[in-house]
Amino acid sequence: MKLRQIAHSRTGDKGDVSTISVIAFDEADYPFIAEHVTANRVAALFAGIVTGPVTRYELPGLGALNFVMRGALGGGVTRSLALDAHGKALSSALLDLDLPAPAGGTV
Amino acid sequence: MRTIRIGAGAGFAGDRIAPAVELAQRGRLDYLVFECLAERTIALAQQERLKDPHKGYDPQLERRMSAVLPACRAAGTRVVTNMGAANPLAAAGVVRDVARRMGLAGLKVAAVTGDDILDSIAENDLPLLEGGTLSDLGSRVISANAYIGAGPIAEALAAGADVVVTGRAADPALFLGPLIHAFGWRSDDWQRLGKGVLVGHLLECAGQITGGYFADPGVKDIPDLARLGFPIGEVSENGDLIVTKLEGTGGAVTTATVKEQLLYEIEDPARYLQPDVVADFSQVRVRSTGTDRVAVEGGRGGAKTGLIKVCVGHLDGFVGEGQISYAGAGALERGRLALAIVRERLAMTSVPMVEARFDLIGVDALHGADLSRGGAPYEVRVRVVARTGTVADATAIGNEVEALYTNGPAGGGGCWKSVRQVVAIASTLVPESIVSTQLTVFEA
Repeated sequence: MKLRQIAHSRTGDKGDVSTISVIAFDEADYPFIAEHVTANRVAALFAGIVTGPVTRYELPGLGALNFVMRGALGGGVTRSLALDAHGKALSSALLDLDLPAPAGGTV
Repeated sequence: MRTIRIGAGAGFAGDRIAPAVELAQRGRLDYLVFECLAERTIALAQQERLKDPHKGYDPQLERRMSAVLPACRAAGTRVVTNMGAANPLAAAGVVRDVARRMGLAGLKVAAVTGDDILDSIAENDLPLLEGGTLSDLGSRVISANAYIGAGPIAEALAAGADVVVTGRAADPALFLGPLIHAFGWRSDDWQRLGKGVLVGHLLECAGQITGGYFADPGVKDIPDLARLGFPIGEVSENGDLIVTKLEGTGGAVTTATVKEQLLYEIEDPARYLQPDVVADFSQVRVRSTGTDRVAVEGGRGGAKTGLIKVCVGHLDGFVGEGQISYAGAGALERGRLALAIVRERLAMTSVPMVEARFDLIGVDALHGADLSRGGAPYEVRVRVVARTGTVADATAIGNEVEALYTNGPAGGGGCWKSVRQVVAIASTLVPESIVSTQLTVFEA
């Protein structure tokens, strides 16, 4: 199963920092998402792009996670040579993440 | 409990104008806010002002104000905008002239100045948040603008301004200022200021909370994006918020659209640093209270840090770029050959490059080889881009791509090349005491 089936996401940017939210469509799926979409998993996914640490913030009240990735935007939006200097399309890459099919879950 | 209605008329400099006109005409708004100033825009505007002291404000200012001011006057809606960019005084003069031309006699326009601290910042060698210090940038620094808070905006409204024009201000402050003025919130009422920042943060990108930048067909569908309605915040005296939009407009306000915007560009949700308060979004809850109506509660705040962020614009060399397309069978291989040729040519001719990228758009340009799936696309677009120290070196990049027409693989088409000077932004923090703002009021 892909993360995209149970969550949505938006990328933001500040300087050389990319922030990516992961928001459960159904808040009941939040614990499952929080279990599988870890900071390590996200750091591994973007290892070829992100040079700094990845931090995860948890928002159970919204059924959401917020990932903050440093060194993610080629030195900063205003000087990056990347086609997508803001890293706006990173959220779509994250939603492509493979998740295990939950055993008897609601998902 | 008293409630005010505050609308967002633009979320960036190039935003659509019609949705703001609709808000002005039938939004029954107390305030209409236009956020049009990205990080780098003010540095570019500063260069404009150096060339012509009457310029340096947002080039769309006159169009936007002409479109909304008559309806705003009729409805008693006051306007707040950062379209003053590098020249709020000149911008306020333009708005006054628009008002006179449209017969809106007596309209008061206030300019808030003081965000430009280029002269005073040079005295200390401040550390940059990106690493290094200000002196590393030397004479390449072209602008330094502090993010002013909501206080001066509230003061302008208290002085009777119908339109408030600022330069660099914290985006949420454009909304927090009217709330402080309307409700008389104290400058140390951290809880309410935190809630007000939440209001501003949610509304400042306009259509991004009403279904814009959200649609994903089959998964997240949004109706009628060509007629996207911009948001209205109904804010109560205690800071609670209902996000909604005008009936009959496109888009949607749902708990999902609100959550996406809530976390947009946020680092630690419990510590969103603003000039007026450290806002805390970590306990926020959202719930639907009807069609296109979402209630937002639980915003909080803590004492401000006393530090103000400053955007330092600086020249950072040149970027040269060239692109060319290949299609049909073997397109991928021809694209790769083209990249190899340009790479070899740039090495042979010893073009000095600080940094370069060799991308295939349609294959690996966005996220690199690891994240890009296999399979041969029908068409690919070669993209070579490099940072250089001089215009001449930057020009050589695009020229080498263009030369692929007659010297490269078969069937290359649609070549495009460009050279641009880079204006980059670095950031630093200064004590709020060194930033002093001034208010100038014009009357139509």
